[in-house]
Amino acid sequence: MAKSRDEIFAQVQNTLVDALGVDEEDVSEGATLTQDLGAESIDFLDIVFRLEKAFAIKIPRGELFPDDVVNNPDYVENGRFTADGLSKLKAAMPHADFTKFEQNPTVDMVPTLFTVKTIVNYIERKLA
Amino acid sequence: MRWIWIDKFVEFEPQKRAVAVKNVSRAEDHLHDQYPAYPMMPTSLIVEGMAQTAGILVGHARRFSERVILAKIKRATIDDIVVPGEQLTYEATLERIDDSGASTTGRVLRNGRLIGQIDIVFSHVDRASGAQIGIPDHNFVFTDDFMRLLRTYNVKDSAQDD
Repeated sequence: MAKSRDEIFAQVQNTLVDALGVDEEDVSEGATLTQDLGAESIDFLDIVFRLEKAFAIKIPRGELFPDDVVNNPDYVENGRFTADGLSKLKAAMPHADFTKFEQNPTVDMVPTLFTVKTIVNYIERKLA
Repeated sequence: MRWIWIDKFVEFEPQKRAVAVKNVSRAEDHLHDQYPAYPMMPTSLIVEGMAQTAGILVGHARRFSERVILAKIKRATIDDIVVPGEQLTYEATLERIDDSGASTTGRVLRNGRLIGQIDIVFSHVDRASGAQIGIPDHNFVFTDDFMRLLRTYNVKDSAQDD
């Protein structure tokens, strides 16, 4: 039987509590992984491994967190994503909410794309 | 002193499991540094022993072509002390591996009795992102010296050789 969004969220929440050592109440849908939950870059690999195990899915490298696009210097000028870069980023992350990011698409704002909601959206699409 | 914290492998099942032992000797200086009146194996070095056991298992799975670095200790619990004359056993199991890295689970035994668990995430450093953060391009983990040492453990250095 397909999992409901609430069930997916609860499992993602447990995963992040275990991976990052944070309290359950801190893991809201809007929380950003790095700024709110204190994740470091290396935690992303751990999170991917744990999500794969928790949901019995395979997450190809760069699909959930497309670091090859995020870190591609060709898509950035003076600290801002170019129109092409932004377009590539949106294509690579259909599971992310770009509403806030698009207002100021700078490198510094990238962490706002990596939220708990982004993960829940990704898993929901993956399990659909 | 050499940075070698396992004495030998007693089991090696490529891409699955490795079991290594370390005999704790009173002659080792580090045993006397933590609590001078009570020599014991520092917990941090027990973690290192597991990291070496699991790291070699991970490296071997990709024929030592990847630059394998310890990324994160997911869990480390050691419930008892280890003193001179005792033997540590590290049982590492490869849980998952892909291009980005690997995760392992591990049990620590003292004279055959379970005393702890150490789970680790390893990263495979890719050339492009490694260069961005100043990581050398060559394989600084599995060097020629390391491969020579590995042969003395009787672990074949190619998964295809097994």
